[in-house]
Amino acid sequence: MTTASASLERNRANMPPLMGGVLWVANQLKYPVLGCLCLLVLWWFGGYLIRNDPDLSAFSAFAPGPTFSALYALILSGELVQTITSSLYRILIGLLWGVAIGVPVGVLIGYVGTAMKIANVPFQILRMISPLAWMPIAVLAFASWDAAIIFLIVMAAVWPIMFSTAHGVRKIDPNWFKVARNLGATGPQMLSRIILPAIMMDVVAGIRLAVGVAWVVLVPAEYLGVTSGLGYAINDARDTLSYDTLAAIVLVIGVIGYCLDWLCGLLVKRFNWHLED
Amino acid sequence: MGATISLDYISHRYQAAGPNTLSGINNCIKPGELCALIGRSGCGKSTLLHMMAGLLIPSEGCVRINNQQVQKPSAKWNMMFQKASLYPWMSVKENAALGLLFAGVSPAQASEKIDGLLDMVGLHDRKDARVQSLSGGQQQRVALARSLATEPEVLLLDEPFSALDAFTRGALQEEVPLICRKLNITMVTVTHDIDEAITMADRVLIMSQNPGRIVDELSVDLPWPRRHMDHKFQHLRDELMQMFVQTETTSIQASDPSISKTVAA
Repeated sequence: MTTASASLERNRANMPPLMGGVLWVANQLKYPVLGCLCLLVLWWFGGYLIRNDPDLSAFSAFAPGPTFSALYALILSGELVQTITSSLYRILIGLLWGVAIGVPVGVLIGYVGTAMKIANVPFQILRMISPLAWMPIAVLAFASWDAAIIFLIVMAAVWPIMFSTAHGVRKIDPNWFKVARNLGATGPQMLSRIILPAIMMDVVAGIRLAVGVAWVVLVPAEYLGVTSGLGYAINDARDTLSYDTLAAIVLVIGVIGYCLDWLCGLLVKRFNWHLED
Repeated sequence: MGATISLDYISHRYQAAGPNTLSGINNCIKPGELCALIGRSGCGKSTLLHMMAGLLIPSEGCVRINNQQVQKPSAKWNMMFQKASLYPWMSVKENAALGLLFAGVSPAQASEKIDGLLDMVGLHDRKDARVQSLSGGQQQRVALARSLATEPEVLLLDEPFSALDAFTRGALQEEVPLICRKLNITMVTVTHDIDEAITMADRVLIMSQNPGRIVDELSVDLPWPRRHMDHKFQHLRDELMQMFVQTETTSIQASDPSISKTVAA
């Protein structure tokens, strides 16, 4: 604890609870807010340069002012909620498939050495293929655009979840298995009471990585024939030259991506069984 | 109730063509008896203990507990390891109750029983603590409560106190035999510490190495709790030490006849 925060903690003890709480929140937020303000200033400055450049002035709607106005309008019209819901739905289903495939396979290749030896090379090859490279195959293989997009998200999400799970299984203390066997654990009990709680932290860390990759893949994936979602909204705004709306959607993508990562971070913390000071 | 452990003509090798780790082990441990296996590191005493726990099957012969051949682990013959190996995502109480939950006991019933056991091992005030916040001795006490929870007939101890500080080790060396006597559990402990063997056991089995055999034994007829400074304790320690040295010499002579000539000369 730094000297400044230590003195803040001491002061908080002498304050009414509400005041102390406000002060704590302010202390927690001061650096992130400062960082965001710096980004905003840079953005504003970029917008200022564009507006004053005759060759670029057509793109002046990318500046913060028009962007926030467009964002406000999108919120008021209810269009934004619908757009976000569509994208989040695809991400959620894609992640669920990623977990449903990645966790059992990860446990298998982590637990059975031979399975890892057999699967490692083919899985590493598949992992290195950009999820977007599967786009033509996805379009051919699936009857609906939605299913094709979800397939691309699964292809992005499954590898980090699988390898993180396998890593978690491999680092389980062998004595934990010995003690559980000694106490009479059956196979399912070993899985539910020992293996899964031991690797949960790694599984969630894998999901966090998967969310990051899947969120990046989502936008180009939604350029496929769908008529909803953030990727579609960007494409549509570009086609109609609504640069302020385009910038607003880009901002929303960043903020939601950050929030998803933050939520995953909370989950990692929740399942982390290492003792922290 | 304690159980009879019969070690019937046990030999073991880890590799089919390799040398025997254990050879011709034949002994019987009576119900409620407290027994110590003593020998040098690598003489196969832990291997023998793992066989009693059903974690290892001998190449030849068998272990029988109450006339039932031991072929797999069971909560009725429970082992405590050198490392407590507690599960860090569980509380003290959850760790101690694990064997009961594996046996299908309801959490409510398990909770009631574990409270009493944690009391017995002196950890009642830490029952909701995270196990990582406990000291090494406290962790071994949780492991002891976990082992006792399933009401085992046999408690097998694989040097569980060797990593503890002297004070904690001394306390546990005194407490564990008392608990086993109180609950009438047959106890077998593996150690290479002569004092620990005399402190904890009614009978000490001495093992030689290459291959591991039970070559001698000593009855310890001392009152409880046993005091290291007691004259009889020291006498038994000397006797055991002599037997141990004699075993070593015999073992070395057997493995290298040229040494026996030197000793004779």
